[in-house]
Amino acid sequence: MIEFKNVTKILNGTKVLDNLSLRIERGETFVIIGRSGTGKTVTLKHIAGLLEPESGVVLVDGQQMNGSSKRQKDNLREKIGFVFQSGALINWMTVEENIALPLVEHKVLPQDEIKKIVEEKLDLLQLTSARDRMPAEISGGMKKRASLARVLVRNPEIILYDEPTSGLDPVMSSLINTIINQIKKDQHITQVVVTHDMESAYAVGDRIAMLYDGSIIQCDVPEAIRTTANPIVRQFISGSLEGPIEVL
Amino acid sequence: MIIIKKLKDVLVTVIGGIGKNTINIVYMLGYSTLIFLEVAYHSKAAFEKRREILKQMYYAGVKTFIVVSIVALFTGMILALQIGLELKPYQQQSLVGNIIIATLTREMAPFVTAIILIAAVGSTMAAEVGTMAVSEEIDALEMMAISPVRFLVMPRVISLALMLPIATVYTNLLGSIGGGIIAYFQLNVSFDVYYSHILESLHFKATYVGLLKAFIFGIMVSTISCANGLRATNGALGVGKATRNSVVSSFLMVLIVGYYITGIFYGKTG
Repeated sequence: MIEFKNVTKILNGTKVLDNLSLRIERGETFVIIGRSGTGKTVTLKHIAGLLEPESGVVLVDGQQMNGSSKRQKDNLREKIGFVFQSGALINWMTVEENIALPLVEHKVLPQDEIKKIVEEKLDLLQLTSARDRMPAEISGGMKKRASLARVLVRNPEIILYDEPTSGLDPVMSSLINTIINQIKKDQHITQVVVTHDMESAYAVGDRIAMLYDGSIIQCDVPEAIRTTANPIVRQFISGSLEGPIEVL
Repeated sequence: MIIIKKLKDVLVTVIGGIGKNTINIVYMLGYSTLIFLEVAYHSKAAFEKRREILKQMYYAGVKTFIVVSIVALFTGMILALQIGLELKPYQQQSLVGNIIIATLTREMAPFVTAIILIAAVGSTMAAEVGTMAVSEEIDALEMMAISPVRFLVMPRVISLALMLPIATVYTNLLGSIGGGIIAYFQLNVSFDVYYSHILESLHFKATYVGLLKAFIFGIMVSTISCANGLRATNGALGVGKATRNSVVSSFLMVLIVGYYITGIFYGKTG
């Protein structure tokens, strides 16, 4: 379970999160939507402990993430996997080496066991043909899948996705959505997805929350979001230029 | 009135800019010190990271080999020419070897080698680590509970700390050869005489102090460069800024620390 209690974050003089409170239940896929620059990634980075709020509390499984020591953070991060928007693969390592990296660095398993796990994830994410290629030589979709494979080898309890379908073609987006749903079905992992791709939000979300001006203005199941009466949410999901959202 | 106001604005901007840069340099030196302490802690994993250390040594040494060779040779040649021209009126040009080897081993070789490696290796380190920081690769390491200092910085620091003294020995050697060439062709000093004077003034203290300097410069340059890279933000612009800051800070620190090491070892005896 993930909980935000009155979290405020200021970046470059702008209040990005304004007294944000939300609760994400164990095993659910929670989608955060909102315009670019509204603090969606900032929210994810608070869960991961990569950013510290000005005030408020971020709890992961009942333990406070913000303000904790590096060791405590590392312990909490054992449970968390982060799929970055760009993939964030180490650029001088092959796809296979990237996926094996957390297991190799932590020396938790023997070499042959690591090889077996990596093989399994390469197969699951359809990356077998790209195993020996460098990150610069593969497509955006492959990078995101390799990043997800690197997360999955650690068996996390929580996966955070930052724009998992941005910049991908519709077929690749569908594949990513299918994988997210497959993970939910097979492993009951808590997943937090940040996106402005509404197709993806509807496809994977158990609940969808819209972040606007630093706080959640609506949080509901996908059906309720589709038929919302909230003019801001309605304008956002329809992509209309007419409405209360100012186009800057 | 308008001119005074404009002058005041310019003054505020200039002083503000200097103040901001000074604070930034002091902050980065403090941060670099913390990174160095973390490197010292993680250096126990050096054997485990030997492949990465050797790879970094290859980049620092082999890839800068030609530049170091040219600069070392010409440094020796320039020194010999300048010193020889001063000594010639007194018919003392045969002493050029003594002065060259003393200058090279004590100061010039570690300093010149450090300057080359700041430009060629330190800047690359800052740009590499900075690019990783702005493309979220450092965050990804943190998320895997992998220390970026252990994974990235420690191998780079150890490699440069080892490579700079090696390159300094090479600069000493090539600088002496460059000096010998000028001594023979321009100052009419035979090779035998030149090298007997080189050996006469090749003191153990000068050699080890020079190598100690090179070792410390290697640690400083790599730590400052990686620390600047780790703090890079704002995309390509931020990487450029981190690289520039790393070069400027490294250069200043090499000058300042070099002076103090000389002061410690030669200050009292002159």
